[in-house]
Amino acid sequence: MNLENLRNIREKAQTVKKQSTEKGQIKLIVSMSTSGIAAGARAVMTTIMEEIKERNIENVIIAQTGEKGLQTKEPIVIVEAKDQPRIIYGNVTPEIIKMIIVEHILNNQPVQKYIFHTE
Amino acid sequence: MAKRLELLICTGTGCTSNKSLIIAEELKKEITKQGLQDEVEILTTGCRGMCEFGPVIKVYPDNILYAQVKIEDVPHMVTEHFLKGRPVKELIWTGDNKDEIEEHKHPFFEKQMKLVLSNCGEIDPESIDEYIGASGYSALGKVLSDMTPEDVINEITEAGLRGRGGAGFSTGLKWKFTRQAPGDEKYVICNADEGDPGAFMDRSVMEGDPHAILEGMIIAGYAIGATHGFVYTRAEYPLAIHRLQIAIDNATEYGLLGKGIFESNFNFKIEIRKGAGAFVCGEETALIASIEGKRGMPRIRPPFPAQSGLWGKPTNINNVETFANVRHIIAHGAKWYKNIGTETSSGTKVFALAGKIKNSGLIEVPMGMPLREVIYSIGGGMKTDRPFKAVQMGGPSGGCIPEHLLDTIVDYDSINKTGAIMGSGGMVVMDTSSCMVDIAKFFLNFTQNESCGKCTFCRVGTKRMLEILTRITEGKGKMEDLDTLVELSDKIKKTSLCGLGQTAPNPVLTTLKYFKDEYIAHIVDKKCPAGVCKKLVTFEIDPEKCIGCTACARKCPVKCISGTPKNPHVIDQEACIKCGACYDACKFDAITKG
Repeated sequence: MNLENLRNIREKAQTVKKQSTEKGQIKLIVSMSTSGIAAGARAVMTTIMEEIKERNIENVIIAQTGEKGLQTKEPIVIVEAKDQPRIIYGNVTPEIIKMIIVEHILNNQPVQKYIFHTE
Repeated sequence: MAKRLELLICTGTGCTSNKSLIIAEELKKEITKQGLQDEVEILTTGCRGMCEFGPVIKVYPDNILYAQVKIEDVPHMVTEHFLKGRPVKELIWTGDNKDEIEEHKHPFFEKQMKLVLSNCGEIDPESIDEYIGASGYSALGKVLSDMTPEDVINEITEAGLRGRGGAGFSTGLKWKFTRQAPGDEKYVICNADEGDPGAFMDRSVMEGDPHAILEGMIIAGYAIGATHGFVYTRAEYPLAIHRLQIAIDNATEYGLLGKGIFESNFNFKIEIRKGAGAFVCGEETALIASIEGKRGMPRIRPPFPAQSGLWGKPTNINNVETFANVRHIIAHGAKWYKNIGTETSSGTKVFALAGKIKNSGLIEVPMGMPLREVIYSIGGGMKTDRPFKAVQMGGPSGGCIPEHLLDTIVDYDSINKTGAIMGSGGMVVMDTSSCMVDIAKFFLNFTQNESCGKCTFCRVGTKRMLEILTRITEGKGKMEDLDTLVELSDKIKKTSLCGLGQTAPNPVLTTLKYFKDEYIAHIVDKKCPAGVCKKLVTFEIDPEKCIGCTACARKCPVKCISGTPKNPHVIDQEACIKCGACYDACKFDAITKG
């Protein structure tokens, strides 16, 4: 590892991040911390994977992240898409994530009721 | 495969009571009847928040919302819309359509300032590339290519970074002492043995941004001249250990750990050591003993670990949060960092907000923010209707800060003045339903259990204090007990080797200082004002208010309430177990708790 390698990896990671949403891909990020998992994030994650597979959705990237902080809103799911603010859903259950997939991911209609923060 | 049409039927409580489940069944039948079952998918969903217009059905991909659908509308809807493709206009919801994304800004995030937590909830903690993408390891690159170890130590010292484990010693000075200590082999230890009840700051950083800790440790290693680092954490944090190990493996693979990092001649490796969860092992000398494979017990200092630590070699120990701050100081400079926070405490502090607060969770605020702002602006105030009573800071080593001191600002020295300590960052908010004597007893019970037993006063003194507190909560206390508590506290503080004993009396001392009247109420009036201490609580039925509905008698688990219907009931005080079931069951406020 030298400084140039590091710069290359950094630039590549930043490009991948930028390009993914520019290409029309949607990123679904589940907060998989101990608090998230305790609140049911694993079931939400499994549901996402099942739904994506069953519906043959190709433009979705599934990712995980750590704790966002507000534990009363766990499990938290973040949706990143082109030309949209980052939308953060709270208290997501398998049932709600199905709703989000159909409405927000497939039909671009964010489910207002479960959004608690945008950035 | 996705079907041609998708119907989302709301089955929240509101819509269900408007027969949405029956409508879903009817739709299914009608769709099958018309042979559309392979083309139309029916999904039952959670509440959409339009309860007064229920039942609501959303149709995709047409993006049509039907409201106030009735059972008799079903056949028409299926034929017209789902078969022929002509939406039923009369049923379409024409109100507020909410196509635009509304501005959702949660106040929880507004006043925070995230340095340590900047990557938590943002990047994938198991991807080193994402960490590097967020400027990760660039501070390490800068250190190894442009800075001498002395430069690094000066930068950290000038930034005014103080140990985030609680005591608040200058990190730069600690590094300097370890660097100056003679010895060819030195060690860096990350103290991730987080044990305060209600605290989870370190866990979240390890789980959310493990590389930030590694980067801080490697920089510390370079600064003090160490080649080997340990992360000491507890086995009860399996996910944190898992992610940290992935981070170590990935960093090693990338050559960020190992030999000749960044083409310099600096070598560094990191290993994880799992503790069994003894609270005393958060104390640095006990922690070192535990890593060495010995029983976790503190020893006399000096010599400090900086002179003689792990296996007798100079050792630098910092907390998780301290290490996570390092990369920001190197990247932005000491001056920038010094500008955040107050004169004596620079930077930010992470807190775990818990208890009777609306927005419980993990927060990071600049030093100098008043506690009131933390609790009311970020925490959103109280969760219940009951008013604020106190905030417990610093866990078992800390104390309770009452309402009138809420304008105290968050920094080491101001918090210390109240008798509490900054600690590692636990903040438990309490309302009037908490009994302060009981809280003091809870924390003392914790430290009493966790005392390693080496120092007599910590071992026996805390036991005696706990016995006195237990007596007080049972109504058997005497006024002299309060003096004995203070005297014992003083002795324990003075004669204990380590932080555990030296701070164990703090919860008792602060509650005695700010809530003495509650102790007196327990001792003199034999009453627990908050109604927590069972032996001091009595439930009584007011015969004026009791209408004899028998609700309480039916709920009583020990059947100690007698009376005939429509006549006032009576509680048998001898048999009553003070469970409070009758109090909750009474709809006429006839039962008093006192």
